[in-house]
Amino acid sequence: MDKMPKWADVLLIPFINLLLAFILSGLVILAIGKDPLVAIKTMVEGSFGSTNAWGYTLYYATNYIFTGLAVAIAFHARMFNIGGEGQAAIGGLGVALVCLAVDWPHWTLALPAATIGAAIFGAGWALIPAYLQARRGSHIVITTIMFNFISAALMGYLLVNTLKEPGNMAAETRDFPAGAHLPSFHEMLAPFGVEFSKHAPANISFLLALLCCFLFWVLIWRTRLGFAIRSFGHSETAARYAGISPTKIIMISMMISGALAGLMAINNVMGESERLILNSVEGAGFIGIAVALMGRSHPVGVFLAALLFGFLTQGGAELQLWENIPRELVVVIQALVILFTGALDNMVRAPVERLFLKFKKRVA
Amino acid sequence: MDFLTLIQILDSAVRLATPLLLACLAGLFSERGGIFDIGLEGKMLAAAMLSASVAAVTGNVWLGMFAGVGISILLALLHGLASITFRGDQLISGVAINFLAAGLTVVIGQSWFGLGGRTPSLMGEGRFKSLEWPLAETLEGIPIAGPLYSELISGHTFLVYVALLAVPASWFILFRTRFGLRLRAVGENPAAVDTAGISVVRLRYAAVAICGVLCGLAGVYLATGLAAGFVKDMTAGRGFIALAALIFAKWRPWHAMGACMLFGVLEALSNRYQSIEAPTYIIVAILIVMAAGLVWSSRKSLLDLAVLGGVAFLLVTVGTVSLFSSGLFGQTAIPGQFIQALPYILTVVILAGFVGKATPPRAGGEPYVKER
Repeated sequence: MDKMPKWADVLLIPFINLLLAFILSGLVILAIGKDPLVAIKTMVEGSFGSTNAWGYTLYYATNYIFTGLAVAIAFHARMFNIGGEGQAAIGGLGVALVCLAVDWPHWTLALPAATIGAAIFGAGWALIPAYLQARRGSHIVITTIMFNFISAALMGYLLVNTLKEPGNMAAETRDFPAGAHLPSFHEMLAPFGVEFSKHAPANISFLLALLCCFLFWVLIWRTRLGFAIRSFGHSETAARYAGISPTKIIMISMMISGALAGLMAINNVMGESERLILNSVEGAGFIGIAVALMGRSHPVGVFLAALLFGFLTQGGAELQLWENIPRELVVVIQALVILFTGALDNMVRAPVERLFLKFKKRVA
Repeated sequence: MDFLTLIQILDSAVRLATPLLLACLAGLFSERGGIFDIGLEGKMLAAAMLSASVAAVTGNVWLGMFAGVGISILLALLHGLASITFRGDQLISGVAINFLAAGLTVVIGQSWFGLGGRTPSLMGEGRFKSLEWPLAETLEGIPIAGPLYSELISGHTFLVYVALLAVPASWFILFRTRFGLRLRAVGENPAAVDTAGISVVRLRYAAVAICGVLCGLAGVYLATGLAAGFVKDMTAGRGFIALAALIFAKWRPWHAMGACMLFGVLEALSNRYQSIEAPTYIIVAILIVMAAGLVWSSRKSLLDLAVLGGVAFLLVTVGTVSLFSSGLFGQTAIPGQFIQALPYILTVVILAGFVGKATPPRAGGEPYVKER
């Protein structure tokens, strides 16, 4: 069968989808009586205009790299993990327990321990939906949605009743010990003579996220397990025939997915707030869906899409501040990106494919 | 708990179950027709917002209702466009619609009213009024039957009765009409329907449109019946509880009513009480029986034993903690958060198939591709 070239599939189609999403978002801005060009300018300045702005953009991007990779690995096994939100929240619980259990002497010790805590808790929260999908055939989408709500209730209960510092009104844990403080970009770049804003939340977990991107690539395209996951995602019957156990693949890929979502807590709980607060995930788990769809489940794509959504989130906050446009505009853009790249993909793909075919025929 | 409290809780349960029931029936039509819809939440939210806005501006709740239902149908057709015409992923389309509604309601609401995403409070003709049934006040004095009639049956708004009537209507349409038979067939085996010369596309669009109408009514009731105006994110997961109820009911209308009423009672209880006290020995006994059941059902495979044994271990731990903190014959407080999470937990249990298996319509979630 004739197909269009690879670059069109990887670059052109996502670009058209994104363009459509942005055009519609621009129309929304026009509809509420604001100027889209001013809005874009505010967003770009607010998210790239200073090191402080960059710090926020990269901080959000770090969150989305983790949740995006989490959704992406499940996509490779043809599963839709919509539970990143809950897994990241429970990952935060893991980070908080590790950080509060010991008076850490230095972050180089605290970071590996907290990473393990976040990964185990996140994976643990994905374990039951994965098991139910693998052994009982319960649809993973429904169970992970339910687990998002269960995790919200659980975290509410734990923070109000067990983890809260006595005498504190807010539902949050006490501050993590000073030894669990992760170096921010300001501290990391100071030795190199780079003056990075002191107040920006971007921290060393950005490097951890990059490392995860690389490991993700190695796992999926350079290991036997990755091959098994991809084969299972392409055709379950073929994979089964090749001796790949569906149970094993479903369980393992979902656990990795949960662990990746949980790792997000290193950034937002340990790196930014340095204590566990209520609703710490703030929808990043859901943005991971848009990021994975945009990034075509490839770590490079996920990284770029995460940057884009980091820009949108930070830019959206600036819009609220300067232009009085609610930051929920970002949710609209996110919805449109998911709609065009995920659900209405064929709407763009079919005409483009036809165009390429016509072009090819003429050349031949 | 005295009789009057019981009546009051049931009364509030009926009110709280109404949006669930309407949304659940909406999902029932869509999913029976083979289109999964996790966008119930978004359609409800959009309908709630637009109905409250129109009702606030015009002062007429009926106009608000039509506007709310209209926007819900539009979103339903968008879902249809993505999942029927362009054969996209129905789950992803549903997610997109939820976010679209969550974002747009606030962005547009802020631009219209400038109240941070709220709409102005509805008064007078802007809300649905409670319908007092004949003789409700005169009969109130009669013991038991009086309050039952005047509190529980009478005095709800128009849409509550619509929701209750929609149950037998849905049952009749789905199981006693030609359209219903075809709709169910298209959800189980669209190829067979196509072979019979009936348009799969048209049937599925019809299913999605009915879903839009019912979902719209659910949203309209939220903003103009249950509350007096729209607030940001006012659906608060109700679309997903409706989805849970649908699975709980195994895609059947009468059972859907039962499930929604159950979830309504749970919500009413958690609204009324911070936590519910129960004798510790009963709680411990329930937990132990559940843990034993899990271990027993997993005796054949190591993986089952590892996962379910882990869950059983957690249950026993919770039991032990409550035993030590209150003594065997003391009272243990069941936290309100647990009651709120109970619909979701029950749904997972049902989905797991430990208590009756929930099997969705067979062709659900798959776009239909005509053979060439």
